[in-house]
Amino acid sequence: MSILVGGDTKLVVSGLTGREGSFHGLNNRRYGTDLVAGVTPGKGGQDVEGVPVFDTVHAAVAETGANTSMVFVPPRYAADAVLESADAGVELVVCITEGIPVHDMLRVYTHLRRGSTRLIGPNCPGILSPGKANVGIIPAHFFSEGNVGLVSRSGTLTYQIGNELAGRGFGNSTIVGIGGDPIVGSSFIDVIQMFEDDPETDLIVMCGEIGGDEEERTADYIAENVTKPVVAYIAGFTAPPGKTMGHAGAIVSGSKGTAQAKAEALEAKGIRVGRTPTDVAETAARALGAAV
Amino acid sequence: MDLLEYQGKALFEKHGVAVPHGRPVSAPGEAVEAAEELGYPVVVKAQVLIGGRGKAGGIKLATDRHAVEEHAGAILGMDIRGFPVRELYIERASDIAEEYYAAILLDRGAKKPMAMLSRMGGMDVEAIAEEDPDAIVRVHIDPLIGFQDFHGRRLAFEAGIAEDVIRPVGSLLAGLYDVFVKEDATLVEVNPLLVTGDRDVIALDSKVTIDSGAVFRHPDIAQLRNIGDEDEQERMAKERGLTYVKLDGNIGVLGNGAGLVMSTLDVVAQAGGDPANFLDAGGGSKAEAIVDAVEVILSNPKVTAVLFNIFGGITRCDEVARGLVTAFGQIDVTVPFVVRLDGTNDEEGRRILAEADLPNVHVERTMLGAAARVVELAG
Repeated sequence: MSILVGGDTKLVVSGLTGREGSFHGLNNRRYGTDLVAGVTPGKGGQDVEGVPVFDTVHAAVAETGANTSMVFVPPRYAADAVLESADAGVELVVCITEGIPVHDMLRVYTHLRRGSTRLIGPNCPGILSPGKANVGIIPAHFFSEGNVGLVSRSGTLTYQIGNELAGRGFGNSTIVGIGGDPIVGSSFIDVIQMFEDDPETDLIVMCGEIGGDEEERTADYIAENVTKPVVAYIAGFTAPPGKTMGHAGAIVSGSKGTAQAKAEALEAKGIRVGRTPTDVAETAARALGAAV
Repeated sequence: MDLLEYQGKALFEKHGVAVPHGRPVSAPGEAVEAAEELGYPVVVKAQVLIGGRGKAGGIKLATDRHAVEEHAGAILGMDIRGFPVRELYIERASDIAEEYYAAILLDRGAKKPMAMLSRMGGMDVEAIAEEDPDAIVRVHIDPLIGFQDFHGRRLAFEAGIAEDVIRPVGSLLAGLYDVFVKEDATLVEVNPLLVTGDRDVIALDSKVTIDSGAVFRHPDIAQLRNIGDEDEQERMAKERGLTYVKLDGNIGVLGNGAGLVMSTLDVVAQAGGDPANFLDAGGGSKAEAIVDAVEVILSNPKVTAVLFNIFGGITRCDEVARGLVTAFGQIDVTVPFVVRLDGTNDEEGRRILAEADLPNVHVERTMLGAAARVVELAG
């Protein structure tokens, strides 16, 4: 098993006729993901390398049975595309787009939480279940099948840690990028809960960063609800207050959201926090019984 | 994006939140002109993006022409905690019966807007919280419903403000919520929120932060960007579309992806170094972007060594290597570079660097090895 995406995924890509959408959508298909449809208003009836394009997500879902959508449209149209997917009854929406206004996300988040559609992202690299399906922009060749569940607010940092794990002989059940924005559809807690319930996941690596208090909340959640070992990493110890460090959500506000506070909150609950990405991989490998 | 007091107040007026009459000026002569027009007494207020202006001598009352000229001359050019004063706001003085605190902000944890009200205004909110945590009332707003009259009543009654101003304070809060939503703000703060001797309710100050991701739909706000306040390297980076944050140290850092760059800064610090900047060359970094980035990093005179930490995903290491070779051809580089290339096309990237045989460029295989090396070379 794996979580969120796998053999049952039937993917529709919003923005499939765009440059990024077609590049990554077709890349996902080459990996083995069942890419069933694309959506671009006004281009219904066309196809992208054999993948049928529809004018609306509703039409795509009705014709193809798509259950997962990936949103690749520019920031000003992205909230609308996410809402359209949810309205069409898609179970999972993965939004890659960076730069969606935070007020749009407040409305989208609130609306989606009242329904049954799960959102991953925005401003995320997507989800990869090695050997099964890739939905997003994660370079799959660094990862192999295995028993480590990886959840992260950052893309490249995840590749770095995944690669170091692979170098020690460990693969992943699923890699989930939850996104670097202040408001994202799914939290660490949501994803860790799924890893806890996933029989194929034996250890969970969570990769956090400065800004907000999700890591602190997650520490409490893990202490009470998670039986599997968790290894954490926090980026941004050297970040000055008041500066956005690349990700819109990565900002220390006054004295709130520091890496120090997050690491302390996790350690206070007995969760190991690696000092470097290498340390995280070594700690995880040791916990899984490898001689390091 | 933070707004100056007068810029925030202009948004308040647009959404029906009462503010004292005032005019922004940038010279003592203009200040006098504005004061004559507004009528005395006036307050001369430094316009800087930092709190504590009053204590720093950046806010003065003036009852005549002479005083305005004197205060304006003294405050313009003043440095308030690192922020040079380039503009003043000349405002008609208000008579103060009560001072409250009001704010609408984004509560990231709850993922909802939150409205706050306190009857203890005039001091900063942390100080209020310390003195009497119960004196601040907080109410979450459902973003799909918006600010309702009951929110205003609840805040006002629970904050224990004067009964005769419960309705007008509620209306003012509704107006602030309008500013918050319609102007795409992440923070709208009024401190103090004033009740005058005539029992009028007005916003005496404003602190507004606009979501920079939403500025595209506010062309009027986009124009406000106060370029003069930005750091030289940060301005240069912005013009070139690079994500750059200036830090205090001497080791220039470039990486791809925000998380990896933050992590690189941490690892450099752990190795005993002091990073000079955060620079995220972004996903799919092309050669031209690398040339631009090298220029920005090296334009900081404090930089004595540079670390490239690339983990190629969409970014291709050969592109990064080509960019670096091009940059060395265009710029006179005098400091050592440590380059770590891993991931997509890393072998090709390292081959390009080996063939170019750039002076003082050191290739390392791991992130930790690269950090240790750059710290050693930076001196």
